[in-house]
Amino acid sequence: MYKRTLAIALAALTALPAAADPDPTDWPAVKAEAQGETVYWNAWGGSEAVNGLIDWIATQAAAEGVTLEHVKLSDTSEAVSRVLAEKSAGKTTDGGIDLIWLNGANFAAMKEQGLLFGPWAEALPNRALTDPRNPALSADFTVPTEGMESPWGLAQLVFFHDSARLPEPPRSMQALLDWAEQNPGRFTFPQPPDFLGPTFLKQALIELGSDPEALQRPVSEADYDAVTAPLWAYLDALTPLLWRQGRAYPQNAARMVQLMADNEIDIGFDFNPNAAANAIAAGQLPPTVRSHIHDGGTLGNASFVAIPFNANAKAGAMVVADILLSPEAQARMADPAVWGLGTVLDLERLSPAQREPFKAASVGPETLSSQQLGTPLPEPHSSWTVALERDWTARYGTTR
Amino acid sequence: MDGCSRTGLDSALRHHPVSLLRAAPSLTLVMLLGPVAAGLAGTLLPAIGVMPALGAHQPGFGPVSDLLAWPGLPRAAGLSLWTGLVSTLLALALCFAICAAWHGTRAFVWLERALAPLLSLPHAAAAFGLAFLIAPSGWISRLIAPLAGWERPPDVLILQDHAGLALIAGLVLKELPFLLLMSLAALPALRPGEALATARTLGYGRMMGWAKTVLPRLYPQIRLPVYAVLAYSMSVVDVAMILGPGAPPTLAVQVLRWMSDPDLALRLRAAAGALLLLALTLGALGLWRLGENITRRLAQGWLTAGCRGRRDAAPRAIALGTGVLGAGALFAGLGLLALWSVAGFWGFPALMPSSFTAQGWQHAPLGPAAETAVIAGAATAIALALTLASLEAECRFGLVPGARALALLYLPLIIPQIAFLPGLQVLALISGIDGTRGAVIAAHVVFVLPYVFLSLSDPWRGFDPRQAAVARALGASTARVFWRVRLPMLLRPVLTATAVGCAVSVGQYLPTLLLGAGRVPTLTTEAVALAAGGQRRLIGVTALAQTAAAFLPFVLALAIPALVFRNRREMRHG
Repeated sequence: MYKRTLAIALAALTALPAAADPDPTDWPAVKAEAQGETVYWNAWGGSEAVNGLIDWIATQAAAEGVTLEHVKLSDTSEAVSRVLAEKSAGKTTDGGIDLIWLNGANFAAMKEQGLLFGPWAEALPNRALTDPRNPALSADFTVPTEGMESPWGLAQLVFFHDSARLPEPPRSMQALLDWAEQNPGRFTFPQPPDFLGPTFLKQALIELGSDPEALQRPVSEADYDAVTAPLWAYLDALTPLLWRQGRAYPQNAARMVQLMADNEIDIGFDFNPNAAANAIAAGQLPPTVRSHIHDGGTLGNASFVAIPFNANAKAGAMVVADILLSPEAQARMADPAVWGLGTVLDLERLSPAQREPFKAASVGPETLSSQQLGTPLPEPHSSWTVALERDWTARYGTTR
Repeated sequence: MDGCSRTGLDSALRHHPVSLLRAAPSLTLVMLLGPVAAGLAGTLLPAIGVMPALGAHQPGFGPVSDLLAWPGLPRAAGLSLWTGLVSTLLALALCFAICAAWHGTRAFVWLERALAPLLSLPHAAAAFGLAFLIAPSGWISRLIAPLAGWERPPDVLILQDHAGLALIAGLVLKELPFLLLMSLAALPALRPGEALATARTLGYGRMMGWAKTVLPRLYPQIRLPVYAVLAYSMSVVDVAMILGPGAPPTLAVQVLRWMSDPDLALRLRAAAGALLLLALTLGALGLWRLGENITRRLAQGWLTAGCRGRRDAAPRAIALGTGVLGAGALFAGLGLLALWSVAGFWGFPALMPSSFTAQGWQHAPLGPAAETAVIAGAATAIALALTLASLEAECRFGLVPGARALALLYLPLIIPQIAFLPGLQVLALISGIDGTRGAVIAAHVVFVLPYVFLSLSDPWRGFDPRQAAVARALGASTARVFWRVRLPMLLRPVLTATAVGCAVSVGQYLPTLLLGAGRVPTLTTEAVALAAGGQRRLIGVTALAQTAAAFLPFVLALAIPALVFRNRREMRHG
């Protein structure tokens, strides 16, 4: 009798953590548990378009019994810091963040430090509408997602120029350098560590003919000096031809758009195929701005949402992540009039009615069609971002 | 302190005898000390390589040597020292020059009226406004463009220059109003009009007379605000990101970059950098003290040498001109932000936007505005109550605060926020209050209280004790002396302190975000998040909303004394 009581007590104890976390494979139970939960989604809040979309997602969540609160961040690292602080304080349950918008290095760091809950993402019902062979969804900067984060949008590096000032933009890194020699001071990139800075460096590294296989593996497994030598030679030539002779850089993409508007530079770029159209709609750029990409294609990656290990409303967070994958939400997100990020869904798997809004949304002349965008280049392993950023800072970011 | 005795307490404290008021200074210190200690520990431990959440358990010099190996360190650290010291020195010199040249004149009254809106303008907004004014593609350049025939803005480094001149200009513009306000609060007790009149009858010029009779007594009264300005200028992040150089940036900005790097191992280097920034700040304060001593020694002969300095028309004009130029730049910046808030596309070299839109104002942040008001009101009320109780206890019980106790009080202003707040956040998490409005208010008190104390302590201690002595001699209790004599006579500094406290609370970003878990949105958290997107229209909208929120208390601080003392001529001067 005594032994049996002990066994039950032990079973109850060991079962406790399992009982506390929802089982993503039992979706009806997840939905039931999510009822009445409040999900604090920590997401970058710097865009009216994105904030508007998240407001709309909140109305969809409310219909499922989940209250969605958008915690507006100025930088995703604020959320990472918070989860880290909670772990430091021993707060392993009832954490302050239920869902984070992240990707790349932030995901790699959180996954490595055990700061994420999961796996859960592949069990979401709407995940079935994506193509399981799509490499952009199964790996984030080559780090396997393994169900620890759920995709919600595809981004691709796109350059833009004002056709009134620059009818024929350069379409490769080499052409860009040649053009910069004729037009010194008219190009720049956001200073690393802003993610667009390393993005430009990676794009250059790929175009300048580095071994693409090496970039898909961690830096430690490659001959770093040999692989990056063409990049540094290129930058040594380009840097004095940059805006302000490379003695100052814009802090982020937004500042770069401003420099375009102020006629300080002629070419900008962003990690959103619809960036030019959004900026024109927001009155930030003139309507003569057009998008272009480089001939060999440009980098692409996916935006994801993840749930911290100590989230308070994990079930509710999963419901929100599933809503993000719904055809309605995806069509809205992909609509250039709203935001214009690429959908992560496989249109072949949708019903004709579900497919309709994707077809109906038309892109304006300032945006490239998906044919023109082509297949995005895969992101190098996230350790390359870290190494390039560090090396760039040592070479150009501290002494000039 | 003749006017203070140990009997008779005000009604609020009657049931909790002397001990509560007596404990007020200690209570005040504890309110600050707990968070500060946690904040320091939260910086020190990672700086020596201990951060269990990252699996770092072994203390050592790893982070420190990692920091020292960073190639940009000498320049970043030097830049912090240089911009901090120079901007503080310039702001203080301008403050004294303006006071010396124009205090008690009509021009000064006008300048005084301009102070409140200038103080209410958040630092980041002021920096944005200034940046758009002076950038090569900015508004001044656009005025010149048609004359110079520029189709493109000149490719010159005005903002983010390597000597940090734009950053220094921004800091001086923003700190000058604060120092002027502090001086204005302290001046009446020094009766500068009478001292100056005496000096003038002895043949001294206005500026010289003021410099020799008022300045030596004024400086000790505003010394602590000056230290706060110095420490702030060295650890400021938002202004330095907008106006300061980027390659490398100031140490404070670099520490923030490391703290927000996806490579979590850099948090250790960031902590070491934060400690270095703290050491630099203490070093700068030490240098400043040294400068004070040298100046005092050098000035002694000069003070009594009898030089009359009668011809001061040119320096007076320069002082006024610089003050007007500075105020003008800030107002122009504010005006440009207002224009941006309704602008459609507005490219170079257009002087005005090509179209206007009310889009930015359509989502007026009413919820965050109310939250801001509640938090600022509560934090300032707590800070004011603690400050008044401490000062009154000091006075009644003859408690003389030790230099060490005072230093502790100013720790939150001297320790760089980015270094001090992660520890504070961990404390709130452990105590389970994080994510609540109460936690945010408590965190704001930590930053508001020193400023309130700073604004109030010198005028309070400088209060002529004979006033209280007379009241006591007429039979008033100590409580009555407090409520009917000291508080009314010091109403102006009390209200000034309240306004400063509210402005400080309104401007808090990191404490609100970290302690509120992002669940307590204020105007400032909304503004910073939106500003991350860099849309000038949104920056304009939120900057104006923030300015308005901080402006209201200043208006009241100026209006109330004018109203209350409308029939007390002697209370209105100064």
